[in-house]
Amino acid sequence: MVKRSTIAGVVLGASMGLALGVGAYTFIYAKGASYFTDDPKACTNCHVMQEQYDGWIKSSHRSVATCNDCHTPAGFIGKYTTKAQNGFWHSFYFTVGNYPDPIQITKRNRRVTEDACRKCHADIVETIEGHDPEGNRTSCTRCHRNVGHLH
Amino acid sequence: MLKFGIATAISALIAIAGLALLVNIMEHKQEAKNPFFRVVDLTDDTEDPAVWGKNFPVQYDGYMRTVDQVRTRYGGSEALPRTPDDADPRSIVAQSRLEEDPRLKRMWAGYAFSIDFREERGHAFMLEDQTFTARHQKPQPGACLNCHASTYLAHKRAGDGDIVKGFEKINPLPYAEARQLVNHPITCIDCHDATSMQLRITRPAFMEGIRALKASQGISNYDVNRDATRQEMRSYVCAQCHVEYYFKGEEKRLVFPWSKGSKVENILAYYDEIQHKDWEHADTGAPVLKAQHPEFEMWSQGIHARSGVACADCHMPYQRVGAHKVSDHHVRSPLLNINKACQTCHNWPEEELRERVYTIQSRTFELRNLAMDALMDLISDIQAARAAGASSNSIAAAQDFQRKAQFYLDFVEAENSTGFHAPQEAARILAQSIDFARKGQNALRPRTETASRN
Repeated sequence: MVKRSTIAGVVLGASMGLALGVGAYTFIYAKGASYFTDDPKACTNCHVMQEQYDGWIKSSHRSVATCNDCHTPAGFIGKYTTKAQNGFWHSFYFTVGNYPDPIQITKRNRRVTEDACRKCHADIVETIEGHDPEGNRTSCTRCHRNVGHLH
Repeated sequence: MLKFGIATAISALIAIAGLALLVNIMEHKQEAKNPFFRVVDLTDDTEDPAVWGKNFPVQYDGYMRTVDQVRTRYGGSEALPRTPDDADPRSIVAQSRLEEDPRLKRMWAGYAFSIDFREERGHAFMLEDQTFTARHQKPQPGACLNCHASTYLAHKRAGDGDIVKGFEKINPLPYAEARQLVNHPITCIDCHDATSMQLRITRPAFMEGIRALKASQGISNYDVNRDATRQEMRSYVCAQCHVEYYFKGEEKRLVFPWSKGSKVENILAYYDEIQHKDWEHADTGAPVLKAQHPEFEMWSQGIHARSGVACADCHMPYQRVGAHKVSDHHVRSPLLNINKACQTCHNWPEEELRERVYTIQSRTFELRNLAMDALMDLISDIQAARAAGASSNSIAAAQDFQRKAQFYLDFVEAENSTGFHAPQEAARILAQSIDFARKGQNALRPRTETASRN
């Protein structure tokens, strides 16, 4: 006579294994590992950003900056926190299908991008920054919208 | 025991969610494959758009929606009920522009447009609305069909494979006879190559017109199907029809008058040189011209053309269908689709963009009304002067000013954007039109010191 707790243990183990296995396979099938890289191709795994990618290929910044250079903050923690946050919401909206088209950047991500301009161009913009008494920064992308990609 | 049960249930739920996600990802991946399914073979002789629609259902679906009748502030059309009769079986028509603004009737006095002129409807109605317009009270040639029907195959058949020969054969036929040779309003084959789906020019008049225009800019031997870029083609296919034109000579050859350039003064200079008139004005006897929907010419002078934005970018903007980017074949006013048409580039609220367009259009419309009043004044003055037996010199001068004023005014009036395609150019043209009308009035007055500078 097998103990009931043994049966329960086997069922639990099997279902946990199944969940783990399905999860692992989904991760591989969805090219989950690519999202930890800097490869811009990863951003077009789902086709929503294909146009932005196509635009970047033809842009002035293609050989000096990838998606992550402009769309994630400097530093390991900032970068992967941003990736995790965007990754979750992008997956969520792509799965449920409720997102604007043309896609729009969020407030936080715009701030990240504005910061990113200054990773390289801080010296140049120093002289034009800081004139606003309320401390608002000059927006780079308001005029230079298409340096990374059109639209 | 209970703990085991709960843990198992949670694991099962995770597995279910994981599987659901997996299937969803798989579906999305499938969407990205197979750009189209070839259900039928299309050839250079396939005219029926429904057959093309089997291979391209999304595009066909949009194309069929051009039956929509929606108003914008200054354009679009309203569906008005009408009692069909033997001569005209239409049960729905668009509103009459002549009733909206009777001054148009006077501007076109003596010409077919003063009989019947309604707001344009969508592409789907182009053939029907032309077939049944009351303008046929004055005999019209087959050349009219160049832009109101799918003529590619009609030209090809009539010319035994040579579309230019077919074009020359059909142009001079009486309209009713030529009408038997065509079956559809504009269809797929008028803009697309049947095998590669690439855009191509099928209208001889545009091939010749753009060649003349390019020659005037110093580019010789321009072959549009060989030399135009893809982005240019996304405007040129529209410019096969949305342009100023006239019928040349007895052969009624459709000609785009661009050999001196495509601005209004270039076109008028062309007509003046060959002494062309569309008709003699019934009230004044002036040899006048009718400008016809010069959208391409006006757009060419505007900031969007300068920035490389094509007609299709705003009137057939890209839309996402599944994983694919498809041009919206529901050709219509961008005001009815601001999100896709404008906001792809202009990152401002929809309401603000709409207001910007309406600001431009309201200003243009105000100027257009001033120019229209000025023209009415001139027509009245010429009428009065002729009745009073004024000198033939001063009348001829005033008539020439009427020809100019009227053509310039019509160049904006007939253009389907109420100035938006090139706001400052439209304002410039209307200012000139007002000036011509007032100078025409001056020409009828006894010369004084102040008037002599004209």
